[in-house]
Amino acid sequence: MNDVYQVMLVAAVALPAVGAAVLAVLPARLAGWAATGFAALTLVPIVVLPFSHGRGSTPWAELDVSWVPALHLDFHLGVDGVSYPLVALTGLLTLLCCAYTKWHAPEGGSPRTLLALLLVLEAGILGTFLSLDLILFFLFFEVVLLPMYAVIAGWGGADRRRAARKFVLYTLFGSVLLLLGVLTVAVHAGTADMVALAGGHGLTKTTQYAAFALFAVAFAVKAPLWPLHSWLPDAHTQAPTVGSVILAGVLLKMGTYGLIRVGVGVTPLGARWAAPLLGILAAAAILAGALICLKQTELKRLIAYSSVGHMGFVLLGIATLTATGLQAALLGNVAHGLITGLLFFLAGTIKDRAHTGDLADLGGLRETAPRLAGLLGFAAIASLGLPGLAGFWGEAFAVVAAVERGGGLWTTLAVLAAIGGALTAAYFLRLLRKVTHGPVGTPVTPAIAGVEWFAWAPLVALTLAVGLVPTLVLAATSLPVEALIR
Amino acid sequence: MTIDQVTLLPLYAASGTAVLVLLMDLLLARRSLTIAAFAVGGIATAVCAIVVGVAKPTFCAGPECSWVPTPLAVTMAVVFAALTVGVLALSAPSLKIGAAPPGEFCFLLAASMTGGVVIGYAGDLITLIVGLETLTLPLYVLVGLRRFAPGEKVSTAGASASITFFLISVISTAIALLGAALNYAATGAIHLNHLVAGIGPLGPVAQTGAALLVIGFAFKVAAVPMHAWAPPTYEGAPLPVAAYLSTASKLGGVLALIAIVSRLDAAPVVAALAVLTMTTGNLVALRQQRMVRLLAWSSIAQAGYILAALALGAEGVRAAAVYAVFFVLLEFIAFGVVVALRPPAADGGDLLAYRGAGRRHPWLGAAWVLAIAGLAGLPPGLAGMFAKVTVVDALIAEGWGWLAGFVALNAVIGLAYYVRVTANLYVTPPKPGIQVVDPDLLEAATHPRLRVTRPVAAALIIAAITAVAIGFAPQLLFDALS
Repeated sequence: MNDVYQVMLVAAVALPAVGAAVLAVLPARLAGWAATGFAALTLVPIVVLPFSHGRGSTPWAELDVSWVPALHLDFHLGVDGVSYPLVALTGLLTLLCCAYTKWHAPEGGSPRTLLALLLVLEAGILGTFLSLDLILFFLFFEVVLLPMYAVIAGWGGADRRRAARKFVLYTLFGSVLLLLGVLTVAVHAGTADMVALAGGHGLTKTTQYAAFALFAVAFAVKAPLWPLHSWLPDAHTQAPTVGSVILAGVLLKMGTYGLIRVGVGVTPLGARWAAPLLGILAAAAILAGALICLKQTELKRLIAYSSVGHMGFVLLGIATLTATGLQAALLGNVAHGLITGLLFFLAGTIKDRAHTGDLADLGGLRETAPRLAGLLGFAAIASLGLPGLAGFWGEAFAVVAAVERGGGLWTTLAVLAAIGGALTAAYFLRLLRKVTHGPVGTPVTPAIAGVEWFAWAPLVALTLAVGLVPTLVLAATSLPVEALIR
Repeated sequence: MTIDQVTLLPLYAASGTAVLVLLMDLLLARRSLTIAAFAVGGIATAVCAIVVGVAKPTFCAGPECSWVPTPLAVTMAVVFAALTVGVLALSAPSLKIGAAPPGEFCFLLAASMTGGVVIGYAGDLITLIVGLETLTLPLYVLVGLRRFAPGEKVSTAGASASITFFLISVISTAIALLGAALNYAATGAIHLNHLVAGIGPLGPVAQTGAALLVIGFAFKVAAVPMHAWAPPTYEGAPLPVAAYLSTASKLGGVLALIAIVSRLDAAPVVAALAVLTMTTGNLVALRQQRMVRLLAWSSIAQAGYILAALALGAEGVRAAAVYAVFFVLLEFIAFGVVVALRPPAADGGDLLAYRGAGRRHPWLGAAWVLAIAGLAGLPPGLAGMFAKVTVVDALIAEGWGWLAGFVALNAVIGLAYYVRVTANLYVTPPKPGIQVVDPDLLEAATHPRLRVTRPVAAALIIAAITAVAIGFAPQLLFDALS
């Protein structure tokens, strides 16, 4: 480890984990500061890592140490243009959530434990995005399972235990399929190194088909993609605000990222074989998500279902297997993380203050709390994909990619997706009409605390920034994306 | 016949420990000294096994040897010794209040350890079965060995558990012996290295023998449908003995099975047993309301994963051994936490008795989460995760994808009850239906915080540290086994 960037790679995963361990022994009153401190400290390696980009290698920085040779497991971390935006998003959202929890702890167990769990989650998510070894990827993929269960079950709403159980069993089902897929690849190729396996090197067509089928279902549960999404609304509705933010903001991205990195990257023949089916499922998810959202009467549940539609766009981008499509998917991932993170922060705040999340009981927010209403309006129109805001690029270019792909099927899918986009606008406008306009339902205190500004401002700013300059995310993706679809 | 006494040191140390504690109890009759002598003897056994290490086989008649120090044997001898000392530590509180006579208890446990050490080294079927019986025989008594203080409510649960265990065990041994005899009659082989599938007219006889051997040993690992004895026996036995039954005794059965299936083809039988065992174990565990019964059914399911690896024959031995070692370590921690959370010499009780225990004892809660997450195959129980990965890896590598799928799906079913029992440790007390001035006080009265005694704490700390360490460096175990 003679390279500063290698140290940074390890630090990005190790710092939050160390932070969680430190929290366990610190007195409870220092926990908030310590957790926020460790979350902020983790940003240091995250900020330093992109400077390795200049060296022109792919991945930018890499660390490969043998761990368990008997299981083909190497501690192989690396970062490139595909993973970096999600790494940065994870670091940012965790810091915001830790700070938010310090000043605004949800009811339930001790805040110290919640903060420690947030840091463990961060370590697991960062590890997933940084792994370049399939088994290591699986290991980190599993790390987040129980902490997220504990966050929902410990600090959630009234029906939290059932929702948490559903979440953990459903996602473990996805994980075990991932394990089968990962080991199928590792056994047949004799290595689990994703760099060596790039392009399906050393895998027969049959193996790739089988492995991709396992990967696709595994990641579809995590993302989640219709029709495997039914754990998501319950988990989101019951989870505490910070839990929802992490879940929607970055945890779901592990599914779509995995599909790109592992599914398309390691088993390209399988991906090509299944692309039409994935495309159809994506269009179905977009339409189903939008239609379900039109019927929703609960704020957090509506936002949760909107994730199903947004992830449908991401999947559509991936399914086209074109450079445009994959870049749209990457951008859609980041945009969804920023915007839905913000939406869940706002929804949580409104629910806390109004003590209800029922759309029928809310209303007139722009009169009682104009700033909050303004922010909600901003987040909602960003989410429905207004040009100039982050949500636009991913969804528009997923459709463009489908049209470019050509042929009757993909053109039809593009049209359906576009219709779904219009429906997205419909339900978000309905949401705004119910919550911000109309007669005052439940009055909401207007004041926005400093910590709330601290948590929301970066998300607002980045939504604008990514919307205006999408190259912020896409700058370094073209090379790795080309490598993926070659 | 040449006998290299040095190679036999682990056996001498183990049996010497048994004799030593018996004499100590006879001559000095001091409980603490007896226990201390046992602990030293157990550690000495492990040290001897490591020092002697992988050596030349001995007890040979010509080229045939009965005492074969393989890497597997050495590792398992260390594990047996460690488990026995650990169970001794868990028993310390109940020995202190006189729930069992210390001299007898220690002697029987040490004798059982001796049997365990022998199984791994066994080079022929007779040594193997004698080792297995030496492991099991003292347990019939230990399961029922419970003294009641004057005025204490006398329970016959231990006695009936002991009878159940005894009857089933005797039958299983008879079946195994019949299998050994049939196989010997057909092939003339008694040494493990000479076990071959029968040929010619006697082929079916040899195959029947092999199948009967597998079935007889399957009783010991409580494989479905030879499992029914386990839950009532664990439930009736004192907690530390139940811990020993589900770790050391099960490990003995696994080693015996390894000896057979790595040489004789019994794949169809073992695979069928594996599927039945893991599925039934997990499904029945879902509905358990008693702590020890839940752990019993969970350990039945875990045996199913080991059997799945054993269905591969010789190729699955390493995976099965790795899984077994990780499993007994995690299971020991789980039982250790149960012992620590219950009053001395109490039974496992209902799950309700553990409500909120993780909040009262954060460190015990952490140990429990480590053990149970490991049994479910999830981080932070990295040891358990690597165990699952090892088994699934071996199954896929040998082209048994469907069985790997069964293992994977069963892991999902298993998590359902592991999560239920663990979440119970962290729930807040329910609101009482009647008017109560201080609900916390009521909760403290119905669920008191018990002090954890030192030996139990020490055993748990060492076991938990070992589990974490081996979870980060599983390669150590892989290296030790090869």
